[in-house]
Amino acid sequence: MTTLNLLGVDDEKGMRLGIKRALESYAVDIPEINDRVTFDIALAETGEEAVDMIREQTPDILLLDYKLPGITGLDVLNQTGDFSGKMLTIMITAYASIETAITATKRGAYDFLPKPFTPEDLRHSVRKAAARIIIARRASELEEANKRVRFDFIRVLGHELKAPLSSVTSYLHIMKDHICGSDIENYDDMIGRSLVRLKQMNKLILDLLDMTRIESGQKTRTLVSVDLNAAVDQAVELVRNEAADRRISIHTDVPDNSVITADQVEINMVLNNLVSNAVKYNRDDGSVSISVSRDEDVVTLKVQDTGIGMTQEEAGRLFGDFVRIHNARTKNILGSGLGLSIVKKLAELYGGTVSVTSEPDRGSTFTVVLNDSEIPAEVAEQESVGNND
Amino acid sequence: MTTKHGTKTILVVDDDPDFLIQQETILKAAGYDVVTACNRVEGEARLTEQPPDAVIADLMMDETDDGFILCYAAKKKDPAMPVILVTSVASETGIEFDAATDEERSWIKADVLLAKPIRPEQIVAELKRLLKD
Repeated sequence: MTTLNLLGVDDEKGMRLGIKRALESYAVDIPEINDRVTFDIALAETGEEAVDMIREQTPDILLLDYKLPGITGLDVLNQTGDFSGKMLTIMITAYASIETAITATKRGAYDFLPKPFTPEDLRHSVRKAAARIIIARRASELEEANKRVRFDFIRVLGHELKAPLSSVTSYLHIMKDHICGSDIENYDDMIGRSLVRLKQMNKLILDLLDMTRIESGQKTRTLVSVDLNAAVDQAVELVRNEAADRRISIHTDVPDNSVITADQVEINMVLNNLVSNAVKYNRDDGSVSISVSRDEDVVTLKVQDTGIGMTQEEAGRLFGDFVRIHNARTKNILGSGLGLSIVKKLAELYGGTVSVTSEPDRGSTFTVVLNDSEIPAEVAEQESVGNND
Repeated sequence: MTTKHGTKTILVVDDDPDFLIQQETILKAAGYDVVTACNRVEGEARLTEQPPDAVIADLMMDETDDGFILCYAAKKKDPAMPVILVTSVASETGIEFDAATDEERSWIKADVLLAKPIRPEQIVAELKRLLKD
């Protein structure tokens, strides 16, 4: 619910009363943004009075008669030019000549209401102005919010990129100062850690590129019939060595001929992120279960592990950008903090969701729900444009 | 850097495991005992279990102000305990602060504020100064 201030300026008492009566209990619904607007009405008899009132408290909407006894409506606009960006002016005029209209528009009038008009004409004009004001306000609020999100993202990104650099720099300082003696072997662990941090930094940059491609919508999506049996197999193949080293067994339960209409690369990214996490955050000798099921058009992917798990509070933060859970159990596990955020964004591309249930030291289950629908028109169009290239 | 200091114990708290390895290497080579913790809660537990002679803490751990809180806990336990706050975020956050004056030290409960990466001789020199070795 929003209240807009409206100032009506007319020298005829009947007109002023008419404006008040037509608008004081009038409410405009703006369904696009789910808002309802009412009006707080002030009235002025002369142009001079109107100028003072505008300077005192600029109205959102100015209903301004052109012909006034002292200064004219145009003079009012001239004298309040500084405030023209803050209010929408509807000019009331009996002389709707093209010259008047052009001059008034130059001075900042937004609309014209020719005399004589009915209460319905007045409401119609005010409704248009109100919708314009509210939508412009909402757009600027959204733009502000976007700027803030973007700024926060870049700030955190700066920090995440700086951390590995600073870490490698510190190891090099230790080596430069020969703190562990002059044998290069004494520094093997530090060199190993430096390489791990640089590899992690590289992964962060790759994840970041993936994510910006998804978010900008520039990633070329090719929706085909994706074989989920094969997709799960390739995700398992990628972690096979690490799982074998730590004696983690992997079980899959994917019905034969499971398919989904999707982008192959996106489905692989979802599965790879979840399956590699399930191994990474598991305990030695643990297990990972991957299952796929379908209920009509809804495909559910579940990845369950017997790993370190997390508290509810930790689970609540998990899907944000750059979120990593820091505790004694995770301190030696590296990650970019973007993997699950990417999974969430990808799931949303399919009108889907990702969720987690978890218990510390018992394990976690990640569930991704995807809609297997017809190819959306928008994407089909993009594809045909792409094909013409 | 092999002088012994009557083996004073330094508590190092950071969520970056490499920072812990680095400080442990540098400080042990300089003759200190080192205890580490990877978050604020663990750090506070170490303060009680094994009161150190000095604390080195990162500012931004799970929460952006965990380092401040830990410094506060250390100073509350022992106002004379030297505390070094380490950060790589001072410039990114746009928050300008330092622990150079008494006024700043009265609200930042740290004796020194250092920006990462820290050079080995820098951290050892600061500790020597604060522990009056």
